[in-house]
Amino acid sequence: MEQSLLELTNVTKDYAIGGGLGLTEKRSIRAVDNVSFTISGGKPTIMALVGESGSGKSTLARIILGLLKPTSGEILYQGKDVRRWIKDDRMGYRRNVQVIFQDPYGIYNPFYRVERVLFKAVKKFRLASTRSEAQNMVIDSMRAMGLRPEDLLGRYPHQISGGERQRLMLVRILLMKPKLVVADEPVSMIDVSLRSIFLNNLQNLKDRIDMSCIYITHDLNIAHYIADDIVILCHGRIVETGETKPAVRDPLHPYTQALVSAIPIPDPKKRWKDTVEIEEVTFKELQAARRLCIYCHRCPYVMPICKEEIPPLTEVKPGRNVACFLYPQVLEAAKSS
Amino acid sequence: MEPILAVEDLEVYYKSIYGDVKSVDGVSFSVNPREIFGIAGESGCGKSTLVEGVLRVIATPGYIKTGKILYKNTDLLSLGDEELRKLRWRELSYIPQGSMNSLNPVLRVEEQMVDAITSHSDIPKEEAREMAIARLKEVGLPVEVARMYPHELSGGMKQRVIIGTAILLKPSLVVADEPVTALDVVVQKGVLQSIANLRDNYGIAVIFVAHDLAAHAEIVDRLAIMYAGKIAEIGSVYSTFEDPLHPYTKLLVAAIPSIEKEVVEGIPGLAPSPLNWPPGCRFHPRCPHAMPICSTEEPPLEEVRKDRYVACHLYR
Repeated sequence: MEQSLLELTNVTKDYAIGGGLGLTEKRSIRAVDNVSFTISGGKPTIMALVGESGSGKSTLARIILGLLKPTSGEILYQGKDVRRWIKDDRMGYRRNVQVIFQDPYGIYNPFYRVERVLFKAVKKFRLASTRSEAQNMVIDSMRAMGLRPEDLLGRYPHQISGGERQRLMLVRILLMKPKLVVADEPVSMIDVSLRSIFLNNLQNLKDRIDMSCIYITHDLNIAHYIADDIVILCHGRIVETGETKPAVRDPLHPYTQALVSAIPIPDPKKRWKDTVEIEEVTFKELQAARRLCIYCHRCPYVMPICKEEIPPLTEVKPGRNVACFLYPQVLEAAKSS
Repeated sequence: MEPILAVEDLEVYYKSIYGDVKSVDGVSFSVNPREIFGIAGESGCGKSTLVEGVLRVIATPGYIKTGKILYKNTDLLSLGDEELRKLRWRELSYIPQGSMNSLNPVLRVEEQMVDAITSHSDIPKEEAREMAIARLKEVGLPVEVARMYPHELSGGMKQRVIIGTAILLKPSLVVADEPVTALDVVVQKGVLQSIANLRDNYGIAVIFVAHDLAAHAEIVDRLAIMYAGKIAEIGSVYSTFEDPLHPYTKLLVAAIPSIEKEVVEGIPGLAPSPLNWPPGCRFHPRCPHAMPICSTEEPPLEEVRKDRYVACHLYR
């Protein structure tokens, strides 16, 4: 069998809160709850990790990057544990697994010119042997991403737009040619007119350098546009996975359905007909739901069994997995385990 | 129909070391009673400065250079501070950008709401408390929220508290600046519906500022598209989406990623800087239909079809 590029098995992360000065009760919040998924080593794919704020998306990104240690579970990159990678060959891992953060401002040092992030990468990873070679590499890569080096080189971060700053990150990726990129909400801080340019660039990059991407977003419109596969997270737990387009057009899990029906469609003729009620899940309910269906407190179709055990993520249609007892396959899987 | 608010030729400048910056440059529009008037545009186009100017809350170094702001036929620019203060909250309410994060963390929700009432009217405290609770119910919040502190509320609930606070004294016009930015989709849907209810249930006119065109498509009646400190196009939201007239609007509508679209294209080039607006039409350096006249002469906002205003030489 072909070796997978990235494989997460039962990854869980708890954050401890409270307990300060012994005044408050010490408790823990589960940010990532038993998450398993695989990115295959074959064809490059873009996988969207979608969830609301607090669903554990960014925690998961940090765990994959090796910046955060999971409470339990295993993350294998090319069959080898990520913590091991970082210990043995940190540079190798950093080179192969790259990241694009949300904030296009924070990544640049305001005192240096923007191209420093590119030349530093070239130097650090010894991508070029001479100065002029490095220069040419950077210029060629910028052109390949549709940026004009003559407009950008020599500028300071505050002189260029957020969209350009994020696209320079793509230039860096083109230089580094990683196998995997973790992009954490890269377009949420840039304007609509520049967003699609970034997304189209990213899409091109995937085929050009044969890289896979974990694209973290809360925006299903963007996930639908860019991703081949999708993973839907609800309070840290995976509730649905599958190919993006069928999953968004015909969502199976009630949570995914709620998300999809709340997407504003940019067409005034297709306004919402239904209304949403705010239902808040309390910390206690959420704590209890760790042993039940994670969505059972908000689900309109809740059944007794949903409040008894955890629905296992089960394949109910070819290539579509869902963790919901509404589907007989899931019930069966729960019984047999 | 007599508009509730008519803005004429408003210019808002910022003082800077590079000279005065024309952030809002000669903007005119009107808002009818019981309508949601949307203002859309990219960051830096002057949306927030425009509404701050309209409400006269613009802070130094910003200042209003010229223009008229007629609210129910009174020019707000001619009023003294005290007279203007009397209009605020009772007639005009403002929901600034990010205001859900400016609730006072050490006061219960109802105390903050009562504060707003008693400082803008003579209503006694007890009655004010009842009003506060009534408004919370109207925006779809449970009564218990009144006794809670802001940290006990989620983002969507806080935003609804803000909306409830804005309508405490039943104003005729509410100005909401980016009220749904940074909210999750499901929560955003709820808040947008609360805003639509202001119009549908209470007959309040709303100026709704947002960069997200999809949010506009859900609730707005008429929409203004701003570009580089000017209005490029105004029209009913239906016609603007179905048949955008200004080349910028066309490109902008095409650039929204949507689950109903396979391909989206961006707009090449960059928005210009307010320090250095291009001559002529400000969109001409990025416009695919630019003609020689576009770089020399600035197109005025004109009615080119019934109730549709466009500032573009293509339609002159």
